[in-house]
Amino acid sequence: MTSQSPIHFHRMEDMPSTHLLGTGTPMCAGCGGLEALHTMYDILGEKTVFVNAAGCMTLLSVYPFTPFRGGWLYTAMASAPAGAQGVRDAVDILLKKKKLSKEDDMEVVVVTGDGAAYGMGLSATSAAMDRNLNYIYLCYDNEGYGNTGQQYSAATPHAATTSTSKGSHGYPGFKKDLFSIWAAHNPAYVATIIAAEPLDMAKKIEKLQSMKGSRMLISLAPCPTGWDYDPQLSVEIGRLAVQTGIWPLKETIDGKVVHTKIPRQRKAVEEYLELQGRFRHLFHPRRDESGIAEIQLRVDTYWENVT
Amino acid sequence: MSRKLLTGNSAAAWGARLAKTDYIPAFPITPQTEIIEDLAHWIDTDDMDARLVTFESEHSMITAAGSAASSGVRVFTATSSQGLLYGMEMIYTVAGWRTPFVMVNVSRGLASPITLESDHNDIMAARDSGFLQIHCATCQEITDSILIAYRLAEHKEIRVPVIVNLDGFYLSFTREPVDLADADKAAAFVGEFDPENLQFKGNTPLSQAMAVLGGSPYSYFRYELHLAAQQALSVYDEIADEFAEIFGRRHSMIDGYQMDDAEYVFVMIGSFSTKARDAVDSLRQAGWKVGLLHLRLFRPFPQQKIRTLLSGRRGVAVIDQNISMGMGGVLHCEFATALYGVNNAPLLASYIGGLGGRDISQQEFFEMMSELRHACETGESPPPRLLYSQHELTEMRKLQAIAAAEHAEIKAT
Repeated sequence: MTSQSPIHFHRMEDMPSTHLLGTGTPMCAGCGGLEALHTMYDILGEKTVFVNAAGCMTLLSVYPFTPFRGGWLYTAMASAPAGAQGVRDAVDILLKKKKLSKEDDMEVVVVTGDGAAYGMGLSATSAAMDRNLNYIYLCYDNEGYGNTGQQYSAATPHAATTSTSKGSHGYPGFKKDLFSIWAAHNPAYVATIIAAEPLDMAKKIEKLQSMKGSRMLISLAPCPTGWDYDPQLSVEIGRLAVQTGIWPLKETIDGKVVHTKIPRQRKAVEEYLELQGRFRHLFHPRRDESGIAEIQLRVDTYWENVT
Repeated sequence: MSRKLLTGNSAAAWGARLAKTDYIPAFPITPQTEIIEDLAHWIDTDDMDARLVTFESEHSMITAAGSAASSGVRVFTATSSQGLLYGMEMIYTVAGWRTPFVMVNVSRGLASPITLESDHNDIMAARDSGFLQIHCATCQEITDSILIAYRLAEHKEIRVPVIVNLDGFYLSFTREPVDLADADKAAAFVGEFDPENLQFKGNTPLSQAMAVLGGSPYSYFRYELHLAAQQALSVYDEIADEFAEIFGRRHSMIDGYQMDDAEYVFVMIGSFSTKARDAVDSLRQAGWKVGLLHLRLFRPFPQQKIRTLLSGRRGVAVIDQNISMGMGGVLHCEFATALYGVNNAPLLASYIGGLGGRDISQQEFFEMMSELRHACETGESPPPRLLYSQHELTEMRKLQAIAAAEHAEIKAT
């Protein structure tokens, strides 16, 4: 099986040294989603067609420029996986009818934000997994409708201030567990990743390259504009998301969930929270002990159940 | 060539089969479902070398139709009514992608109230999308129009998707004799799909459907789509001529019936135009100089031809099986636009009927024509009329009385 395939990425030096994605895109400085896409693209290579749903990354390809060396197709907010199905099926038909050579085959990669993945596009994604569509899905999850100014979405964490949850307690809801929802479909592969842990991410992408079927990735995407922090902190915040246990790195192997990086000595969640303006109300003007403790408790409870 | 008794839905499926479609994204909806059942069956029995994929919605289905056509294969799909509206975002979107494929719409009235039976409000909602529209009046036209539609969609100067429309129930479930073209002849007529620049390949940079910034490039691409649609006016005639030469059946963009000396004209689209034909025959027997103009190509709108055909007539009764709330019949508005300022323009009268499967009786055709003649004598257009009989109103009042009684009973308990 795939877990027996040799892993090439052991150290940072093993990471690709050439970068495929062109520069000068209109993404914000410090965009955690773009960072994830960079790493992923370097490993997947040029034989790729990206199928996009409405979100920040829609602005990657603006006529007549593109940072991609392969294909790009913008669809709509709800139906990128269906767009991927049409491309995959067409390519398979052309391969079968010998109208396209094997060397010209491509990986079809859906790229959407959390707004599409957690909400409007969930039905199309579910159906693509039902059909075991042979594709990769990358959700860059910046925990809100970032492209429209960070309104809360189903991916927004409890207590985060967004432009539609500006009250003193932030967003009252809880982040939806998309990983479990996707995993319940039992697709070929589901994993969480984050650009701040490139080796973990590279290993996962290498693993899914040897598989067929629906291979699903959710990347937490630290977002300077949406989360309100200095862009230079993106990597640090990403690392803290993992070290505090807020963003568990995991994957499904033969239907079982395996954590790929277990933070043995978890840092306190407040180290992650206090760097971000969206959680400022937990610290200023007064420290909200019960609010912070509630978030800490949820994280602790999660990890208690991880063996 | 073989002659078969086919429902409109089967005739549609045969069109897709004869056009050697590669890919069929599908979703079931009444009254369209039989089309995809037939196609799925032929794929199972190896009578068709195609792939059919059932999606979870029409929105996804139309996305996949566009993306597959954008990747270089010949695509067919079909929907109806609520499904067309559910997919409407993608109808506009994929037209802008300039993807040449063919979609059948089986017309059905729109909610609310929800109904299964036919009218044209669904297809009128796609009017401004960029899809071309061919409307069918018989089962024979359905198969033939699909072959013509592929030629039109894939033409080098057009490259936009085409909707072939047929009326739910009246055509979809009605069997009529259909001459099926010989498979090789049909394939030769449609030709191989040339994807031109629509094909993703490994290592080949190609972006499709990308964003633009600002109104200038946006306007450019939208104008291009409009001009491509208009280009179909001249191209349609060439294709229809070629079709007539090979298969012996002419499907002009506008069909005139008894038009030579007609002073008064009915205007219709779709299967109910065959009812208007009967009415024309009866009225001719009574000595009235009546004709019928049956519009087959609705987008692009053959404005110039309509002007030529109608100028000099005394009166025109436009019968719409759709209703634009607060305005009236869509077809009537378009004909008024086409005829405004034309020398010897006829007097126009607007009738709305046949909504949600309601019949238009011969008696009503006679009544419309006699009203039109009277209006022409006085020189004053009659106000738009919503066809509804006294009998229907009586029956409706009975239903309302039952509803009121039920309501009172609930309140009392």
